[in-house]
Amino acid sequence: MSNQTGLDAIIIGGGLQGCSVAIHLAHQNKRVVLLEKDTCGKHASGATAGGLRCLNRAPEEIPLSLAAKTMWGEIEKLVDSNCGFRPTDQIRIAGTQEDLNLLEARRERVCAMGYNHEELIGAEELRRLVPAIGSNGIGGLICRGDGYADPGLTCQAFQVKALRLGVTIHQQTKVLALEKGSEDWIVSTQNKQFSAPIIVNCAGAWGDEIAAMVGDHVDLKKEALAMMVTSRYRHFIDPVIGHASRKLSFKQMENGTLVIGGALRGILLEKEERTLIDWPQMRESAETVRSVFPFLADLHIVRAWGGIEGMTPDRLPIIDSGKHASGVFHAFGFSAHGYQLVPIVGKVVTDLICSGRSDFDLEAFRIDRFEKEISS
Amino acid sequence: MLKRLHIDQQQKMLKIEFEGKTLEVRAGETVAAAILEAGAEYTRTTAISGAHRAPYCQMGICFECLMEIDGVPNRQACMVEVQEGMKVNRQYGVRGLADEKLV
Amino acid sequence: MKNLYDLIIIGTGPAGMAAAVTARNFGLSTLVVDEQRDLGGQIYHSLENARPENTFALGTDYFYGESLIRSFRKSGAEYLPETMVWNLDENHNIGILREGKAYQLKTKHLLIAAGAMERPVPIPGWTLPGVMGAAAADILFKVNDMVPEEPVVLAGSGPLFLLVACRLIDNGVKIAAMVDTTRFGSYLKSLPYFPQALRVASYLGKGLSMRWKIQKGDFPIFQSADNLAIYGADSAEEIHFTSLGRKRKIHAKSFLLHDGVVPNIQFTRLLECEHQWYERQRYWKPVLDDWGNTSVNGVSVAGDCGGIWGAKAAEHAGRLAAIDIVYKQGGLSAEEKILAADPLIKKLGREKLIRPFLDQLFPPSCHALVPSSDETLVCRCEEITAGQIREAVSLGAISPGQVKSYTRCGMGPCQSRMCGLPLAEIIADSRQVPTPTVGHLKIRPPLKPITIGQLADLELLK
Repeated sequence: MSNQTGLDAIIIGGGLQGCSVAIHLAHQNKRVVLLEKDTCGKHASGATAGGLRCLNRAPEEIPLSLAAKTMWGEIEKLVDSNCGFRPTDQIRIAGTQEDLNLLEARRERVCAMGYNHEELIGAEELRRLVPAIGSNGIGGLICRGDGYADPGLTCQAFQVKALRLGVTIHQQTKVLALEKGSEDWIVSTQNKQFSAPIIVNCAGAWGDEIAAMVGDHVDLKKEALAMMVTSRYRHFIDPVIGHASRKLSFKQMENGTLVIGGALRGILLEKEERTLIDWPQMRESAETVRSVFPFLADLHIVRAWGGIEGMTPDRLPIIDSGKHASGVFHAFGFSAHGYQLVPIVGKVVTDLICSGRSDFDLEAFRIDRFEKEISS
Repeated sequence: MLKRLHIDQQQKMLKIEFEGKTLEVRAGETVAAAILEAGAEYTRTTAISGAHRAPYCQMGICFECLMEIDGVPNRQACMVEVQEGMKVNRQYGVRGLADEKLV
Repeated sequence: MKNLYDLIIIGTGPAGMAAAVTARNFGLSTLVVDEQRDLGGQIYHSLENARPENTFALGTDYFYGESLIRSFRKSGAEYLPETMVWNLDENHNIGILREGKAYQLKTKHLLIAAGAMERPVPIPGWTLPGVMGAAAADILFKVNDMVPEEPVVLAGSGPLFLLVACRLIDNGVKIAAMVDTTRFGSYLKSLPYFPQALRVASYLGKGLSMRWKIQKGDFPIFQSADNLAIYGADSAEEIHFTSLGRKRKIHAKSFLLHDGVVPNIQFTRLLECEHQWYERQRYWKPVLDDWGNTSVNGVSVAGDCGGIWGAKAAEHAGRLAAIDIVYKQGGLSAEEKILAADPLIKKLGREKLIRPFLDQLFPPSCHALVPSSDETLVCRCEEITAGQIREAVSLGAISPGQVKSYTRCGMGPCQSRMCGLPLAEIIADSRQVPTPTVGHLKIRPPLKPITIGQLADLELLK
């Protein structure tokens, strides 16, 4: 089998995280090969609902998220395309006093950490921002300028930019084995071998399988998450809508369609690597949408789909160097909220590779954090 | 765009409204056929370029016959039978919501 | 509506109706749904409402369906017209929309008899008003007693192309020209299949008599036509083409395109049944055993949505599928099943004899597969051109799903019914690989749009 040598890094996984790392490494003049077992953006990256929220992030992720937000604001600089990015606000609506209390408590916690990107708003401001809310909302928690982008455009832009920077991308190429040679790592696929001193594991929901190949074990569960999209409608709502206590999330895209979804459960067929729609769950979502926004009842749903996400036990991602394997770096397990972090993850992983350190505190994202909990 | 083959006196005719105008159509016809016969050259305009479109397949495959029928948009007019008093409008580009129901 | 059926059939063409009659003969609780108002699928569409004045133009092949329709009406099958199927799953749950309300039903066995559709013909200007598939003209005649405004140009090839021309002639519609895209080479290539076709000489006779009627018509017929393009401002006004080396243009009011008929595989794709590529006619069809069983347990297919064999074959296939379903549910022993099936298998085999000849004589034209001009629209719903698809491929998109995600081709309401085939062909052509290797689009539910309100009020019949 032919073996490609002379590489600086091999990235496993051609979703957005993998392509982001590829782009940042290429900017550091590294020779990079990216291996994707299906097509770029086929799985979680292509199935995201497209929201880019700092709002309601786990505290550990906030610094990364705020940095990513700045990068999304100038995403053309990174990938020569605006990816359909729109800096609208993200709002979690409070329907009841309990909801408001929940949101207040959240805001206090976040403020106490020194962040004030999440604001409480009252009924009047809510109605100004979301005229359609009527009397179904008494206030909310808002993060201004969070926005959303178009998943398809984003995946294409990141893939194309990586290619333009000289990254070689092999699609429909699955990694079968990963072994340490005398100097480099040797990656075997169905028709070729590649070797490089650096391996970057961006294999998403299959990240644990790649990690296991190098002795880094982590408990990752695959889950199917679903959403649906409507036909196009004239623009009627700006912010991305969430809810304090109800499963409600939707946004109106630039093209006028509404994407509805937010931790909606799908049915996972793990071996076949595909997802099915759970219609009772979608019915519940439709009921929620209609009860908060009655006039949306007439909107036509054109398509429902699911994506496969890799979920860690604490729902925080893994961004770390390999603990049992030197030269291996991990960035996976984003637990259905990795889309917004994509631009910064590429930079952070590249910093780890090139300088051995990061400007960010990555303690919460260690790959061995679950082992530590067991032993302590 | 279309022509009726046989018009006889025994036929049941009925009245529908198309774009505000009253049309006399035959009972049993589809909405798409009836309005094309009445001289409408197109059933909708596209969301992106505003191009005129008319039915291509007449059997529910092509979705070019999407029209607003009795206030409900996105109906495949080639599969809806004309009824007395029906109100039919073209679907112009992107459907609006703000106008009627937001407040 | 019941909460559990022995058999649910989608489609009231010959396959669906014949299957229902057979299933009911053995006492299976049977529900038949069709989104159309009238019985008959496409071939016998609206037969029950046929006007006596149209008897001659409709022809004997059409009225052949009369006795089957009568048997279906008497069979006791529960029949729901104007009922749209929006979802299917492997657990035999069927989502239907009827009178504005969505339900989910359950069945022990599902039979898909959804028939065929015309192959989309993406030539420049095919989206202009006034351009229709030839079958559309046929439906307008059967359902609405209407014809396209004259003068009419027909462009394409195939049995339906000839049939529709004859119908127009019989109805006194002025034809401006027939633009036949059949290649001379196809006549030669089909010769090996001719002896087989002679065994069903009546089909050949029909073909010849259609050609004779067309030949006698007072309009020009252009042979071996290529480089079709339609032009017009807001509506189609003229068609340009080359024929036997000469550039032509014909002015007309209506333009009927036809380049063969392909199986409607939306349902079997949604269920992720295994499909196979049929190279000669360049379409995907579900993999079926001799009884029409797909690769998904409890799901069968009968009729043209499993491969184009025609109306009579569809009827026999429907009966065979039903016999197998009855057997599976204990209504027939293994010996009884073989006994009942034997004559049908023979009849089905006979009806299939004409098809290899026709498939070889009328392969899809190049312009129907891969538009040469970049400006030609491929995705009608989202207005995506051939050039945009080719650009996506040049930027690294290799599969229809990836191109769809990057360009929005296939994301509109028709859910790639119109653009799916050309999309794959263009990708394969750009990548210089065989078409079946590039893959196919995933079909996602709902099969046709339903509203948020309808989904919110979804009733699961348990």
